[in-house]
Amino acid sequence: MQTPASFEYERATSVDGVIASLKKRGSGARVIAGGHSLLPMMKLRLANPEHLIDINDLVELAYIREQGDEIRIGALTRHVDLLNSELLAERFPLFRDAEQVIADPVVRNRGTIGGSLCQADAAEDLSSVCSAVKAKVVIRSADGERVVGMEDFHVGPYMTAVSDGELLTEIRLPLRPGAGSAHEKVERRAGDWAIVAASAAVWVDGGSIVDAGLALSAVGLTTIHVTRAEELLRGKAPSDELFAQAGEIAAADCSPSADGRGPVDYKRHLADVLTQRALRRAVAGALHQEAGR
Amino acid sequence: MKVSISINDEKVSREIEPRQLLVHFIRDTEGLTGTHWGCDTSNCGACVVHMDGKPVKSCTILAAMCEGHEIHTVESLEVDGQLDPVQQGFHEQHALQCGFCTPGMMMTARALLNENPDPTDHEIRTAISGGICRCTGYMNIVSAIRWAAEHEAAAAKQEV
Repeated sequence: MQTPASFEYERATSVDGVIASLKKRGSGARVIAGGHSLLPMMKLRLANPEHLIDINDLVELAYIREQGDEIRIGALTRHVDLLNSELLAERFPLFRDAEQVIADPVVRNRGTIGGSLCQADAAEDLSSVCSAVKAKVVIRSADGERVVGMEDFHVGPYMTAVSDGELLTEIRLPLRPGAGSAHEKVERRAGDWAIVAASAAVWVDGGSIVDAGLALSAVGLTTIHVTRAEELLRGKAPSDELFAQAGEIAAADCSPSADGRGPVDYKRHLADVLTQRALRRAVAGALHQEAGR
Repeated sequence: MKVSISINDEKVSREIEPRQLLVHFIRDTEGLTGTHWGCDTSNCGACVVHMDGKPVKSCTILAAMCEGHEIHTVESLEVDGQLDPVQQGFHEQHALQCGFCTPGMMMTARALLNENPDPTDHEIRTAISGGICRCTGYMNIVSAIRWAAEHEAAAAKQEV
């Protein structure tokens, strides 16, 4: 029987209350939302918080809305709501691609985007999704708010820019014209972690790629941002040859390990192929959107 | 700590340890052993119950987190000796052998049909993808859920 070690439980009633409690308790405190990453870690005693702050009542942190030139997602937004959001499906279809293959529908009723990002498991899908669309996250503490780009968010395995006394409250997705995006994942069985997953976003203007975002899951100690491929794509007209070059870079720039999910060369092969597939679909979506403008 | 939870429409208040998982609260504290406790890692789905009408894995929720919420377990399916169509479907279509996954499968199926009374086989398979059956296999479970959907639709028609 797996049971977490003892802890004190606190039911939060406000964001300010969470932050005050986090500040008071320091590194012994953890926030719990869906709990589908944290509770398994606690059962295995890999996480042993002395004080657990339950934020499930903070409905003010559960939303997906367009505001100015951004889409803003509250940290407590659950996977099921990300999956069903028509706004996200229209603006950033890679969210729906990913959410269809994150865990299973029952788990998706509980897990949240904030929890997924803060868990910072390198094999987790939303971290690469948010990296590809160049999301920024809002981190709040007693001293106020700071906004951190995904490139600075992943500090190490299971480690993020969120420090003691801080709470991730919001994810911001910058809206730019001519956007297209896709997420491609290969898994051993329904609901499993990725063997490899690739997230791609592109922005086109006049048929050329003006900017690109590319990130990989499960092929390194953290989410891999394939910046060399992003640079290659910028300013180019999309073509299968270009996607193939980007795929080669993705395969070269990741660092997978051999495990039960496959050997290193197989994972590099997947990084290559999935990058190409994601880019092809992302560009098709972007060109379609541009044509409709 | 003290929690008050509604279980199968009955409000219970209990003194618990904060670390108690919902599945153990249901089985050990309340004695409702229909909900099964399987993998303990949110993979197998044997422990699925409804929390405020939505299917959740009770091995990965603390009982403390359910304070003020409504939980329904497999025991709530049968009412006054009348089996739920999902239970009847599992019976008719031989959708269980050992029965270990059955409570979770049935609660997942019930939640699916509440939201989508006429699911395709693909939608049924997606809905139960968080449940693992190690003996019957999934064909008969899918048939059972289809059976329940069809019989509920027929019963609704008769009422009109």
